[in-house]
Amino acid sequence: MQNHYPIWKNLLIFSVFLISLIYSLPNLFGEDPSVQVSSTNALTQEQASKIEATIKTSGVTSKAFEFKDGRILARFANTDDQLKVADLLRDQMGNDATVALNLAPTTPAWLQNIGADAMYLGLDLRGGVHFLLEVDMDAAVKQAEERYTEDLRLALRDAKLRYLSVAKDGGFIKLKLKSAEDKTPVFNLLAKDFRGLKVTEPNEQDQIWLKMSEVDVREVKKFAVAQNMTTLRNRVNELGVAEPVIQQQGENRIVVQLPGVQDTTRAKEILGTTATLEYRLVDVEHDVQKAVEGHVPVGSKLYYDKTKNAVLLDKRVIVTGDQIVDASSGMDQDGRPAVFISLNGVGAAKMGKLTQANVGKPMAVVFIENKVETKVVDGQKVRHKEKIEKVISVATIQGVFSKRFQTTGLDSPQEARNLSLLLRAGALAAPIDIVEERTVGPSLGQDNINKGVLSFVVGFVLVVLLMAGYYKVFGMIADVALAFNVVIVVAILSMLQATLTLPGIAGIILTVGMSVDANVLIFERIREELRNGNSPQSAIYMGYDRAFATILDSHVTNLVVAIVLFAYGTGSVKGFAVTLIIGILSSMFTAITGTRMVINWIYGNRRVEKLFI
Amino acid sequence: MKRTHIDFIGNRKIAMTFSGILMVIAIASLSVRGLQMGIDFTGGTLIEVGYKEAADLTALRKTLSESGFASATVQNFGTTKDVLIRLKLQEGVSSADLSAKVLDAINKNAATPASLRRVEFVGPQVGDDLAEDGFLALLYSTLAILVYVAWRFEWKFSVGAIIATFHDVIVTLGVFSVFALEFDLTVLAAILALIGYSLNDTIVIYDRIRENFRNMRKTSTEDIMNIAINDTLSRTLMISMTVFLVLISLFFLGGEVIHNFSIALLFGVVFGTYSSIFIASPAALILGISHEDLIVPIKEGAELDRMP
Repeated sequence: MQNHYPIWKNLLIFSVFLISLIYSLPNLFGEDPSVQVSSTNALTQEQASKIEATIKTSGVTSKAFEFKDGRILARFANTDDQLKVADLLRDQMGNDATVALNLAPTTPAWLQNIGADAMYLGLDLRGGVHFLLEVDMDAAVKQAEERYTEDLRLALRDAKLRYLSVAKDGGFIKLKLKSAEDKTPVFNLLAKDFRGLKVTEPNEQDQIWLKMSEVDVREVKKFAVAQNMTTLRNRVNELGVAEPVIQQQGENRIVVQLPGVQDTTRAKEILGTTATLEYRLVDVEHDVQKAVEGHVPVGSKLYYDKTKNAVLLDKRVIVTGDQIVDASSGMDQDGRPAVFISLNGVGAAKMGKLTQANVGKPMAVVFIENKVETKVVDGQKVRHKEKIEKVISVATIQGVFSKRFQTTGLDSPQEARNLSLLLRAGALAAPIDIVEERTVGPSLGQDNINKGVLSFVVGFVLVVLLMAGYYKVFGMIADVALAFNVVIVVAILSMLQATLTLPGIAGIILTVGMSVDANVLIFERIREELRNGNSPQSAIYMGYDRAFATILDSHVTNLVVAIVLFAYGTGSVKGFAVTLIIGILSSMFTAITGTRMVINWIYGNRRVEKLFI
Repeated sequence: MKRTHIDFIGNRKIAMTFSGILMVIAIASLSVRGLQMGIDFTGGTLIEVGYKEAADLTALRKTLSESGFASATVQNFGTTKDVLIRLKLQEGVSSADLSAKVLDAINKNAATPASLRRVEFVGPQVGDDLAEDGFLALLYSTLAILVYVAWRFEWKFSVGAIIATFHDVIVTLGVFSVFALEFDLTVLAAILALIGYSLNDTIVIYDRIRENFRNMRKTSTEDIMNIAINDTLSRTLMISMTVFLVLISLFFLGGEVIHNFSIALLFGVVFGTYSSIFIASPAALILGISHEDLIVPIKEGAELDRMP
């Protein structure tokens, strides 16, 4: 039977339409400017009540105040209220909690429960900062080479092997020996402890040249980027950004996107903060309480830990963070969470000597951050440096150790993991440079949305009118399919949580213009078949049938270009490519299958004298 | 639309001459004047600020040059209230603080302070990378199309399609060069989208030529092409119209940020449509396309067009 769809096909089209409709719905609900308060430890009910009281007394009325999972979300009617409350809370909470500005979606709970969220707006639409950071790989490799040189010297000394010098020179670590006979034991040592180094024997008989193997260099580079990402993530948390994006791009670059952040100066300062670690002995001879009262003994220094307990530490540093080669978390023999740390040669020697003399005594890890902050004081901008030092763990020295050791006394595997991250992140971070910055103010973001939506609506209406005017009933059916197509594109973008950018909106608009292409092809073919004397029914059938191969070929070429654009595009251009790809695919479905269904309903299974086309 | 009988192929010399002149102008301008590359490719800093009232550009220029930003170019952007300040990459100056310094400088003595709308800083390394990626995207999309069209059709069609597409790209770039319009990342995206569009148009006509070759075995190649172009003409014009309409809407209402994007596509659609009709088929003809190239084993014959 011509021009009739089986029930399953109709049902399929309907279910696609229904699902798309549901998943595109969240975009109709707006967003509330809101303030989010969170902390590494969950906030207590008491803190929550205090915050609620602060908001009430500020004279700003919040639309909603939610305290859930130890986090607070307060919604406001406008951004002015939001900013006012955020400033108040920042002063009140200080370093206890992170106060972040957020745009909380007002999507109803039933939609959220089925995973339907609004499209993710790109920075050009919501405002915010985009940074591209480049990790200085050369510096990272150089640091690694220096570590090797240092380790090699120590290892030779420990093994009591005689040598003249170990020095970095022209891309090699050059080892000079007293005579060529000394080579064999050195080779044995290298094979045992320095597998990462590639050995070259130069013409000079008494020398051995070493170079980091390519695998090792790659490893060092990978590690440098990973470390920097960890550090950046920790710092961005401090910035109080609701949905930060931190991603590696290419081999040595990191993308940091901070939606809603306007104060780029502050953002740059925080990203530029440097952190390090120190190991110190705990001063057990003096009374901590007295030190808190102001009598800090000479040779000691007062510190505080996470929970604000005072700790008195020896002023002399045992090991600093740049001597840590690696840190990982796991379980010790007794199943307690532990962090395993490896030191380089210098650190290991110092640690060995110290632990030998201090078994049974407590040792502390101090986390140090150097921050630069610009504050407005009396209308003047003042830059001031701040050094934050806090004790992150205190543990008892169980025995003598040097190069590799473990730290226990941690509360949970989670804490062990965090500490190892911090140790790695704080230990060495290759320098980073900002190589690209794109900041979009909030007013421009909203402007872009408005303009995008307006040009979409006007473009859509123009195409709808043209199609209906030119192809009459068939044109109107194509218009329905076009609207359906837009719904599907929006639904898929929402489901994928793909980023919608201004060029992305342009892509949707372009799709509107191009996606009627399939229908134009089909309708022109139907007209031709009618001109050739075919009956209306068979003209419809032949029109769809014959146009299909053409549609396929012309759309595939378009798709190929869009995919290449996606692969090589960056940022907002990628957003354009994404909408184009989705638009091309879904338009093939709506323009072919969707219109056919409606046309079959109208014309199928009956005698038709004339087509309104 | 009534069935047309225009002799496109017979008059190909006129079209080719016209296109030849366009190409010469475009290439001459591109090689002499070059493209007005945006900071996406050259590197540099771009700052957009907004005022409550019309901005005094002369005063702004003076302030900036007095504050040590002599190389800054200042111009309105979209409206008289919006101002775009461009700064070249400077040796030794930390780009990170540049935007803050500029904003401080222009707001220091201003009665009504400007609000920061947008900052874009692109370092030289990134600019080079973006340019390289853009070039690669052009190259790979061209190659992919060459292969696809050669596979689905025939190599002569494939080359013809590439010639037509290149024509569109070169002429559109020529427009940007002649009128000194800024060429940035969004324009590059538009050029790539244009490649897709222009091909789409060309493929539809080729498809019909292929079909005609198989159905009209006695007709000459010229006639087959003419019939194909005429039969698809109303479709070609119709789709150009719809795309043109949405682009017009985007051009007038989409805002300054994607102005050049829409310009590139508007010109691209016009040239793309023109080249599909006047360039793509004659190119395949000159390359010597004939019945033999598209004859398929007898059994399948015309049925091949009917894909499931």
